[in-house]
Amino acid sequence: MATRIAPSLPARLSSRRAWTTAGLLIPAYGWLTLAVFLPLGAMLFFSFLKAAPFGDRPLVFTFDQYLAFFRRPYLFDVAWRSIELGLWTTGLCALIGLPAALALARATRGRARQVLFLLIILPFWTNGLVRIFSWTIVLREGGVLDQALHLVLPSAPGLSLLYSYPAIVIGLVHAYLPYMILTCYLSVAAIEDSVVEAARSLGARTPAIFWKIILPLSLPGLVSGAILIFVPVIGSFMEPRILGGRIGVTMGTVIEDQFTQAFNWPLGAALSFIMLAVVLLIFGLTSRILPGRVASF
Amino acid sequence: MAIAINRRSFNALLASGVTAAASSGLMPRRAAAATEITVLNWKGYGTDEAWALKDFAAATGVTVKHDYFNSEPEMLTKLQTNPGAYDVVLINSARTQQAQAAGLLDPIDLAAAPNAKDLAPALKTHANLMVDGKTYGLSWLWGMNSLAIRTGKVTGADSFAIFLDPRYAGRLALLDDAATEIAVGALLTGQDINNPKDMKAIGDKLKAMKTNVKLLWSSEDEWNKAFAADAFDISVFWSGAAVRSKKQSKLPVEFIVPKEGAIGWLDGLSIPKSSKNKDAALKFINYMVDPKFYVAWATQAGAPASANTAAMSELPADDLNKQIHKPEYLSKLQFMSPMPDDRRQAFNDLWEEVKAGYAK
Repeated sequence: MATRIAPSLPARLSSRRAWTTAGLLIPAYGWLTLAVFLPLGAMLFFSFLKAAPFGDRPLVFTFDQYLAFFRRPYLFDVAWRSIELGLWTTGLCALIGLPAALALARATRGRARQVLFLLIILPFWTNGLVRIFSWTIVLREGGVLDQALHLVLPSAPGLSLLYSYPAIVIGLVHAYLPYMILTCYLSVAAIEDSVVEAARSLGARTPAIFWKIILPLSLPGLVSGAILIFVPVIGSFMEPRILGGRIGVTMGTVIEDQFTQAFNWPLGAALSFIMLAVVLLIFGLTSRILPGRVASF
Repeated sequence: MAIAINRRSFNALLASGVTAAASSGLMPRRAAAATEITVLNWKGYGTDEAWALKDFAAATGVTVKHDYFNSEPEMLTKLQTNPGAYDVVLINSARTQQAQAAGLLDPIDLAAAPNAKDLAPALKTHANLMVDGKTYGLSWLWGMNSLAIRTGKVTGADSFAIFLDPRYAGRLALLDDAATEIAVGALLTGQDINNPKDMKAIGDKLKAMKTNVKLLWSSEDEWNKAFAADAFDISVFWSGAAVRSKKQSKLPVEFIVPKEGAIGWLDGLSIPKSSKNKDAALKFINYMVDPKFYVAWATQAGAPASANTAAMSELPADDLNKQIHKPEYLSKLQFMSPMPDDRRQAFNDLWEEVKAGYAK
């Protein structure tokens, strides 16, 4: 008996392993199929329609929606401003996030680190709308920031950041900074102390260590953080709408308007896919420019 | 035999009582005797005031249950896909003809609804509600989108041209709604708000407001917060919301219908063609325009203006609703009317373009 089973054991094991792998993956991919591809597929379908197929409207197929940018040249401005907003937000997140990740990984331990992490993740636990509205209280004229400034400098002019470009960026950086800190932390924590010590023993000063060792080794974290932030920021609509006042028009708000106000789902869907294509194009180009190590990300 | 019949009728009574209780969430005492009607409306929009339904059931023996919609297209879809399910439906008069054209509505005999006699003539037979001389909706409530200013800080506000006045740079808030803002542009350029011929002139006017525009608001709450924080002094605002801002938030807001007129909206109550309880439905509609119901609703909960002039005149003299919704305004309003899809899209496109210009 035992001899008969023995030769087939590796094969059975590997097939069992395959089943286990499949079993572990199916919930995630099944859910992804349901939650991502089906709605996305429906939206792709919508984007080729003339009008949303509600009520008794007939289905009319057209490619017209994808010519939106040429029919509405002002959208080029809007799209560029959204990308600009993405760049500002991502850049600021990197400038703030990398040092924070460095400090967390290399200078804290134990309970202190846990508490600091908790503080970073805190924005995730607050409702987005609540977060944005609390910024309106801070940023408006006569708001918290304004009063604090006048406490220090009573003669300073009134400070009102609300309904301005910086207000949108502040709100977005607040919302997305945790992603950057967490991804950078993972990269930075993986840097061996011995590498830094070796550099020091060879006479490298701190700036050289940062530019030649720390920064290149944390690039994967920076890049994945940037991807996680850049994409949703381009499509963001709550922050621009509430904090931006009349300046708050982005691709996100234009697309939202098509769904909630104009009831033009096909145009909204087409605009979303155009933006998706633009984002993929940007990533395609940057992955070529960045060093090989990053391209693998 | 007699026993059997009794049991059967008892069972029927029990069954109808159970269904009525299950579907309405109430426990009507006269379940078997009562007619039951279903109203399709926005949630919390008058017809579902609990005290009123109790009062109505006591007076007529008709119990009322509700189904709700969250958008006008949804309302039309529900009417279309559930024939026989509804007996009364609230329809924005801009949609009444669309519903009628789809064969969904029955004409209403105004003579059979005693309270209709006091409806404001301009609303009672408003063109939006009429098809071939028949009325397909009983005008119920109306309101305005017009000019609101900060009392004491803005002077000479008798025209929408104040939106372009350089004295108020950065002090204007516009409603982020294509139909409303295109209508403001149409009023400023002397055009029909529902079918303007010169869209370019409207776009130019709206674009020229750029230096004055501080923010675009989209909810009443947002408006109140920003106004209270002194973010703007001039705005397009809803008449009903202006009443609430004054009454509940004590904000120094003054609502004005300027010389160009203002944008009006009118909600009517209609009876679906597929209704099985048309008499009871008409009784309910008649009750809804009753001054007694309206005054209680408006003073206790807060309501838009009633189309019933008797109901409006019975409001206390110091009632803000009464002060803002002056009867003489009715003739100065242009009511939002039905609109073909391509025009609606053109409105949205123009407003989107104007907004993109504001952000530049």
